[in-house]
Amino acid sequence: MNIGQAILEALESLSANKLRSGLTILGIVIGVAAVIAMLGIGAGAQASITSTINGIGSNLLFIASGNQNVTLTNIKPLTVEDATALADQSLAPDIALVAPSVSIFASTVTYGKQNASPTITGVTPAYATARNLTLTEGSFITTQQEQGRAAVAVVGSAVGDRLFGYHVGITGLTLRIENQPFKIIGVLTTQGGSSFGNADNVMYIPMSTAQTRLANRGQDRLSSIIVSATSSDTVNAAMQEITSILETRHKTQPGLDDFTIITQAQILSTVNSVTGVITLFLGGVAGISLLVGGIGIMNIMLVSVTERTREIGLRKAIGARKRDILIQFLTESALLSLLGGIIGIGLGYLIGFVVGKIAAASGSTINPVISFDSILLATLFSTAIGLFFGIYPANRAASLQPVEALRYE
Amino acid sequence: MADPVIRVIDLCKIYKMGEVEVAALCGVSFTIERGEVVAIMGPSGSGKSTLMNLLGCLDRPTSGEYYLDNEKVSDLKDDELSVIRNKKVGFVFQSFNLLNRTTALGNVELPMRYAGVTKGRKERARQALEKVGLGDRIDHRPTELSGGQQQRVAVARALINDPAILMADEPTGNLDSKSGKEIMELILSLNREQGTTIILVTHDPSIGAQAQRVLRIRDGALESET
Repeated sequence: MNIGQAILEALESLSANKLRSGLTILGIVIGVAAVIAMLGIGAGAQASITSTINGIGSNLLFIASGNQNVTLTNIKPLTVEDATALADQSLAPDIALVAPSVSIFASTVTYGKQNASPTITGVTPAYATARNLTLTEGSFITTQQEQGRAAVAVVGSAVGDRLFGYHVGITGLTLRIENQPFKIIGVLTTQGGSSFGNADNVMYIPMSTAQTRLANRGQDRLSSIIVSATSSDTVNAAMQEITSILETRHKTQPGLDDFTIITQAQILSTVNSVTGVITLFLGGVAGISLLVGGIGIMNIMLVSVTERTREIGLRKAIGARKRDILIQFLTESALLSLLGGIIGIGLGYLIGFVVGKIAAASGSTINPVISFDSILLATLFSTAIGLFFGIYPANRAASLQPVEALRYE
Repeated sequence: MADPVIRVIDLCKIYKMGEVEVAALCGVSFTIERGEVVAIMGPSGSGKSTLMNLLGCLDRPTSGEYYLDNEKVSDLKDDELSVIRNKKVGFVFQSFNLLNRTTALGNVELPMRYAGVTKGRKERARQALEKVGLGDRIDHRPTELSGGQQQRVAVARALINDPAILMADEPTGNLDSKSGKEIMELILSLNREQGTTIILVTHDPSIGAQAQRVLRIRDGALESET
C-alpha cells in the first residue's frame, strides 16, 4: 500500500467518526495555537522593545554616578567638568558628542489653572542630536540660550495636550515651572506609547537654567551624561576612553569606579534575555497543552484499535502485513495531529493578530511575528506528536493475531 | 493425482491454558486434490475451527507439516503467512466481515491493495462483482445490501487474487435458506466452471452432502474420510 492510499483510507475512517476526530483535533489545535500565539507575541514584544531602544541610537553610551557592583563610600558625582573633559578630542578621539543632563524631580508645571507633571530634564543642545529628537514646530535649545540661562522650554506633545488641550501652535506661550515663567520655544514630535511610560510627557530646558534656577543641589552636578561614539564600531573604544578619563579625574582604582557606563548593546542584550526567558516560559506552558493534545490522540487511537479489532483481524486474514496495519493507524494519528496543527497555526495567527490590535488600542505597539520557522516547527512538532503518541496504539493493532482478532466480539 | 493442493502430515495444535495443555487437534493427516470440494464437519469443540485456522494460515501448528500449493507453510513467520493468505487463500466468513465504511467495490479491491497491485484494480474488482451477480451494486455500502448480497461481495473479495483454495466457514450460517442456497450454488459453480478448490467448514449435513468428500473431525482427530 502506498502513502497516498493510506492517507485516503485514513481520511475515510476519520470522517466515519467526525465528532470524535474533531474533538481529538481540537486538543492539538489549542496546543499549536497557544504555542504559535505565545511565540509570535513574544517575538513581537521583543521586536517592539528592540526598535524602541535602537531608536535612541545604537552608538550611545550612558554614564551614571555610582557603581552597583561594589560598595563605595566616597562617590564623587558627575560634574560639568567631567563632561567637558570627555568632549576633549585629543583625550577621547572616538567620542563624537557629549550630552550632559540634569533631572529635575517633582516639579509642577502650570498654565493658568491647568497643571502637569512631566519629566523635566536640563540639557545642552547636543542632547537633541544624541537622542535623535525632532520637533514639529519651533526649535530646540540653542547654545546662546544654554549659556545665557534662558527661561525657555521644549515640550512634548502630551504636555501641550495637558496644559492647553492641544499641541499645535503653542510655541511662544509662557508656562510656569515652580512658579517661574518659561517660554515655549519648540514642540517635540509625538512618539506614541512605549514600553517605558509616556515618551511624550517630557520637557527640556537649558541645563544651566536647570542648575541655577530649579535644582536643589550643587550647581555643577549632573544626573547623567550621554555620550555618542563616532560610530557603532567605536563604542568599545569610546567606553575605554571614558573609563580612563573619569578614573583619572575621580582618582579611582580600576574595578572600584564610582561611575557606571552602560552601552546600547548592554541594554539591548539585557532586555532581550528577559523577553527571551518570558517567551520561552509562555511557549513552554503552551507546549504542555500540546502534549496534553498528544495524549488525547493516543487515547482515541487506543479506543479506535479496540473498536476495530475485527476489522484488523479481517485485514490480516486477507493479506495485510504487520507493516500495513502499522502504517494505517500511524497515518490516522499523524493526520489528526497534522490537521490540528494546520488549524492551530491559523488560530494562533488570529490570536496574535487580535492581541496586537488590543495592544495597539491600549497604546503600545506589539506586532506579533509569526515566522516561517515557528510555522514549520509547529507543523513538524504536531505531526511528530501524532506519530509518537500513535506508535503505541498502532503497534498494538499490528501485533494482533488474526485468529484472536477475528474472534473478538 | 500427483499434485495435491493441500498436504497435511501429522498436524497438532496444542493450546496452553495456564499449566494445562489442551490438544485441540492431534495427529491429523490428509491431502486435498486440486479442484476438489471438501467439507470439514464435526460437532462444536471438535477442533474443526482450529483445523480451518491452520489450513487458512491464520495460525501455526504446534507440530506437524502443512504444504499448501507445494509450499511448506507450517513454520513461516507472521508476515510471510500474511502474504500466503493474500495470494493463496480466499476467505468467506459466516458473518461476512466486510468493511462498512467502504463500498462493495472498495471491499473487493482491498486484497489487491495488500498484494501491491496498482493498475486496473477497479476494473478487476468490478468484473469480480459482475461475476457474482452484483454488477449493479458496486457503489453500495455493505449496510445497503442484503445478507445474501453481502456474502456475494465476500465471495468476490475472496477470489480476487486467484487463490489456490477458497475457505468458507459456515458461509450460509447467517443467511435465510433461500439466500443460503444461492450462495452455495455460487460457490459450487465456481468449482464447476473454474476448478477452484473449495473447503467448506460446517456442521450442517445438507451442506456437507454437496461436497465430494467429507472430513469428519471428533475430539481433535480425523474420525473418518468419506
